[in-house]
Amino acid sequence: MTGAEQEVRRAVRKLLASQPLAVLCSAGGEQPYANLVAYAPSPDLKSLLFVTGRFTRKYDNLQDNRKAALLVDTRTNRPADFVSAEAVTAVGEVKEVSGRGREVFLRNFLKRHPALDDFARAPSTALFRFRVKDYVLVRTFQKVDILTL
Amino acid sequence: MKYWLEFSEICSGDLSEVGGKGFALSELARRGFPVPGGLVVTASAYRNFIRETGLEGRIARELYRKPLEEMRWEEIWDAALRIRHLFVSAEFPSALERKIRIAVEEKFGRRPVAVRSSAPGEDSSDRSFAGLHESYVNVRGTEEIMEKIVLVWASLWSDRALLYRRELKLEPTGSAMAAVVQEMVRGERSGVAFTVSPENDRQGLIEAVWGLNEGLVDGTVAPDRWILDRENGRIVSHSPAERRWRAAPGKTGTALKELDPRRVGQPPLDAGRVDTVFGLFRPLADYLGGPADFEWTFEGKRLRLLQCRPITAGRREETEPGERLWELDDRRPWYLNLQRSFVNLKKLRERIEGELIPGMEREARRLDGVRLERLSDRELTAEIKARSRIRDRWREVYWSEFIPFAHGIRLLGQVYNDAVRPADPYEFMDLLTSDGTEIEERRRILEELAETIRNNRKLDRKLERGEAGPEGSRFEKRLKEFMERFGELSCGVSQCALGREGIISILREMASQPKREKRKHPPGREEAFLSRFSGERRKTAGEVLDLARASYRLRDEDNIHLARIEGQLLKAQKEAERRGLRPRSHRRPRGKKKSGSGGGVVRPRQLTGQPANPGLARGRARAIRTPADLFRLRSGEILVIDAIEPEMTFVVPLAGGIVERRGGMLVHGAIIAREYGLPCVTGVPEALERIPSGAQITVDGYRGIVVIHI
Repeated sequence: MTGAEQEVRRAVRKLLASQPLAVLCSAGGEQPYANLVAYAPSPDLKSLLFVTGRFTRKYDNLQDNRKAALLVDTRTNRPADFVSAEAVTAVGEVKEVSGRGREVFLRNFLKRHPALDDFARAPSTALFRFRVKDYVLVRTFQKVDILTL
Repeated sequence: MKYWLEFSEICSGDLSEVGGKGFALSELARRGFPVPGGLVVTASAYRNFIRETGLEGRIARELYRKPLEEMRWEEIWDAALRIRHLFVSAEFPSALERKIRIAVEEKFGRRPVAVRSSAPGEDSSDRSFAGLHESYVNVRGTEEIMEKIVLVWASLWSDRALLYRRELKLEPTGSAMAAVVQEMVRGERSGVAFTVSPENDRQGLIEAVWGLNEGLVDGTVAPDRWILDRENGRIVSHSPAERRWRAAPGKTGTALKELDPRRVGQPPLDAGRVDTVFGLFRPLADYLGGPADFEWTFEGKRLRLLQCRPITAGRREETEPGERLWELDDRRPWYLNLQRSFVNLKKLRERIEGELIPGMEREARRLDGVRLERLSDRELTAEIKARSRIRDRWREVYWSEFIPFAHGIRLLGQVYNDAVRPADPYEFMDLLTSDGTEIEERRRILEELAETIRNNRKLDRKLERGEAGPEGSRFEKRLKEFMERFGELSCGVSQCALGREGIISILREMASQPKREKRKHPPGREEAFLSRFSGERRKTAGEVLDLARASYRLRDEDNIHLARIEGQLLKAQKEAERRGLRPRSHRRPRGKKKSGSGGGVVRPRQLTGQPANPGLARGRARAIRTPADLFRLRSGEILVIDAIEPEMTFVVPLAGGIVERRGGMLVHGAIIAREYGLPCVTGVPEALERIPSGAQITVDGYRGIVVIHI
């Protein structure tokens, strides 16, 4: 692993660990849509887990188009954000998790968000695994690195 | 919180509002010390100013474009200049202005005042910001006082202060500034006193000059010195100075005037006045609870105390012989050295042009005359050591004398921006020109040779086949002259493997494109600048411009002189290598890092640097890792380079844009990019590591970023 890769991985890991919520971007037809979701990253950063109700617009969108993006950032809505906020956009595809593996993934998700237990286990809730292709990391306002997994 | 406080209103809880200096002056006044009256414009006023004008966010963006510790001091200089320009151009928020204006007008009317910096929370017994922020004396009238208050605020972000804060790891954006506005005393004799001498703690020290003490503080007037016994004030010794000058109030500010001949032979203090100054030693030391230094002046027989601060531990104003300025633990003396006053810069110019450059040339010639091949192995080893010492000595001169002289350019920037208030804080660069320098001459001859090829296809084809031009032709003669005169410069200090072939390759590439002209500056800019001044001040502005031009020329030439000395060391090392005395030095190529099996790939999409010349350019990158790469540059490619040295600038007209690792508006890459109107980003630390030759990149010279399209 190169020094640059290590450094970027460290920064992405730290950023994902610092924020419980992300903005999920999905597209249904030609209309993009954005909303907040609680998420949990895997230790190797290759996937991100999130849950959503089955009767939501994002669920419909993800059924329609598996390609999605997730944005996590550290903004505090103060002037200093322009220089100190960091953001990472994960770009990739989602897949609903079902079958025997679901319980393992669900436990991983709930380790991060124990308060969502009822919601996550409800039959009307779907668990998604977001497989990350690229992380696009933005620091100091305009320094941009791309980590391809 | 109030935006200003009278000295008499300030109480113990106000320290964070009025700063150390303001607080100390009010305390001293309250305790009956003879302090001239005044008021303090508080840190709250400063905070209101930067919030209302939007400067808060813009300062942060200037400072955090990249981590402060990764910024070279030249980049910090540039950031400081841009921030100062933001302050000067900002419109004073009307409510704040009204409040301060009324207070100042009522208190001082048309009487002259001093406006001094007083940064809260920064001076302490183990660190001192003395001299790092600005103060102005002999300021008259509300308008001018308001202007100077803004400049004092801006000096919180001076290059010197930023460098020193970085050294102390202080968070810059947490800083604020108060300004002391104080009655000006027209002192006839003035000075500085140390209740404990820096050299002997049983003694005290008084330094005194005729006139105002600004001459002493900025080093332009040499002081008489008295060493005193701290116990009883007995004079242990008196060292007279060579008394020629005095600082006196000018129309505004101070001016250096020749000393009245009757006073040349007379010390500024008699024994009685020495005793009067000594009379303040104990009360001030008692008040501060430790050693103090203080500035004082005599108005007739009346002693006035101007300022007082604790002596910082381990403080040194000068370096010991043999110490290297860039390796000192406390680099404040060096930071202070970066800001030379106009008079000092003029003296420095005389020394550089009259002594140092001729000295370097003599040294290089002398070394060149040594027949290395005739030396025994032992003699050669000794010669290498001696040359290494000589190189170090000149490198030190380069740091301590040549680099501070670059401040001549910045002095012009400051004077120009204050007078003209242009939209582009680097507009003043248009007044500078490299005409007449060796580098410019070389560029001119290369262009002339390229023009010959451009107009002669037959010659171009011959050169393409590796043949020479017609024997005895003007082209061949000029090329030979060029190689003889500039050959050593074409590849830096190392020998250029490509020699003639490399230069022909560049010339043919230049000839394949239309001639690239330097950017024409709008006419009349010099007069537009000078016309802002009248009388004596116009003359001074002209001198500042002349000084800046000398400084600008030297920026090209000092590297060349130093490179010649370094070249002589290299020559001796090569001789040793040839004999097998020293192993060939292997440098690890920049940017080569071990690759491993992390499973992922990281590629940069955008790299950040400093915007050095506006414009957009998209093209293939040409990363310069060895001198030979320079000769591979093709027209329109983006030059990606560690640092453009003066001897490399001849290829620049071929480039579509420039990306340089080394940062700063006055690095050669930035200067030449400006001359040719090329988009340029400097200060990109990872440029060579992360941009491969051949990659499609965009140089955004407006925002200071490089986009890599892979």
